[in-house]
Amino acid sequence: MKVTVLIPGVLRTATDGAAHLDVDVPEPATLGTALDVLADTYPALDRRLRDERSALRRYVNFYVNGEECRRLAGPATPLPAGAEIQILPSVAGG
Amino acid sequence: MTVVVAIGTRKGLWLARSEDRVTWEVDGPHHAMQEVYAVAFDTRSGLRLLTGVSSPHFGPGVSISDDLGATWEESSSPPIAFPVDDAALERVWQLQPAPASQPGVVWAGTQPSALFKSTDGGRSFEFVEGLWNHPHRPEWEGGAGGQAVHTIVPHPSDPDRVLVAMSTGGVYRTSDGGKSWEACNKGIKAYFFPDPWPEFGQCVHKVAQHPSSPSRFYAQNHHGVYRSDDGGDSWQSIADGLPTDFGFAMVVHPNDPDTIFTFPIEADGRRFPPEGKCRVYRSRDAGKTWEALGTGLPDNFWTAVMRDAMCTDNAEVPGVYFGSRSGEVYASPDEGETWHQVAAHLPDVMSVRAAVIPT
Repeated sequence: MKVTVLIPGVLRTATDGAAHLDVDVPEPATLGTALDVLADTYPALDRRLRDERSALRRYVNFYVNGEECRRLAGPATPLPAGAEIQILPSVAGG
Repeated sequence: MTVVVAIGTRKGLWLARSEDRVTWEVDGPHHAMQEVYAVAFDTRSGLRLLTGVSSPHFGPGVSISDDLGATWEESSSPPIAFPVDDAALERVWQLQPAPASQPGVVWAGTQPSALFKSTDGGRSFEFVEGLWNHPHRPEWEGGAGGQAVHTIVPHPSDPDRVLVAMSTGGVYRTSDGGKSWEACNKGIKAYFFPDPWPEFGQCVHKVAQHPSSPSRFYAQNHHGVYRSDDGGDSWQSIADGLPTDFGFAMVVHPNDPDTIFTFPIEADGRRFPPEGKCRVYRSRDAGKTWEALGTGLPDNFWTAVMRDAMCTDNAEVPGVYFGSRSGEVYASPDEGETWHQVAAHLPDVMSVRAAVIPT
């Protein structure tokens, strides 16, 4: 099942400049399994999105079809076919 | 002779160069908007700069430069990763190259409190399970800055012997290459406990050693300045003669095991230099007597110097360096007698290291 991942500008050094990536995710697809697939090709991206336990980094937000995944089921959020995952760094720091 | 100073801050790294250690050229930021709590120069082969970097958004890592910041190398997979379910790397607090007899070995101290060892010059690290599995670990607490192994002192000739310090927890040492560890805090006071002399739990801020005297250690504690002459078996106060026993930094002269430098801070509850005067204190006799060094340093200095923000270089007549929470960095070309400003208006300085650039 294919989904699309939108990459913020600050992370595109880890995707060879790609702004969006089409990912083929095995079913049942979740945000976590999509990130697992992405990690195989782009490990430098993955380490910026998740820690070594595959927990989502606190100040990186993942929107699944426009809804922030932490309000859904976090990494277990199911992905419908053709889902769009938008990755956005949150507002933090000073 | 050209000296380079690496200045790690809360928002990136700056590099300063000087031929006379009086006037400086500063470039940066490198790793902009990333915390740089750990910097190290590996002088064993050329001059490698190692940095422990941490992005508030994208997490921690280790970045290496073999050309003094012109280019940086950071592995795509996490160079330091906890292989356990109950912890993840939060920050790298210390990067410590081993002695020249162990080429490629670099130690890393982390938050949460753990030790990692690299044998490839800092590109990848292995978890030291022995320290993590220590039965004391559930009782190690976090200080204000977090719970971390912030100090690593490898023995100058025996690769199996390493001493670490953590806040809180105190001093631990191994003599079997990291398999087993023993607390060695006898004589270090933990005034913040009902029993102020516990086996462990001390808030040791920094430990330093001179390689020619491997049985002697100096420690700046969270209130308390100490020396051990028996490899850490026991500690004696060397705070008499200092204006206060609080502080973070402790640095040994690279060519004289009796000469040490520290930066006293008034108290835990008043983290300013005494009277707001920026002063380095030096002892030439292993802590028996102290002298204030302030020529060229300001008054009205209402800030503090952190545990890794003071160092020396490796010149024949070593320079001494420190940086402050207020983003100022000072250098002394003459072992602390006179001081010159290297940089100002930087973010909070967390780590400073200096080295002579090989010709």
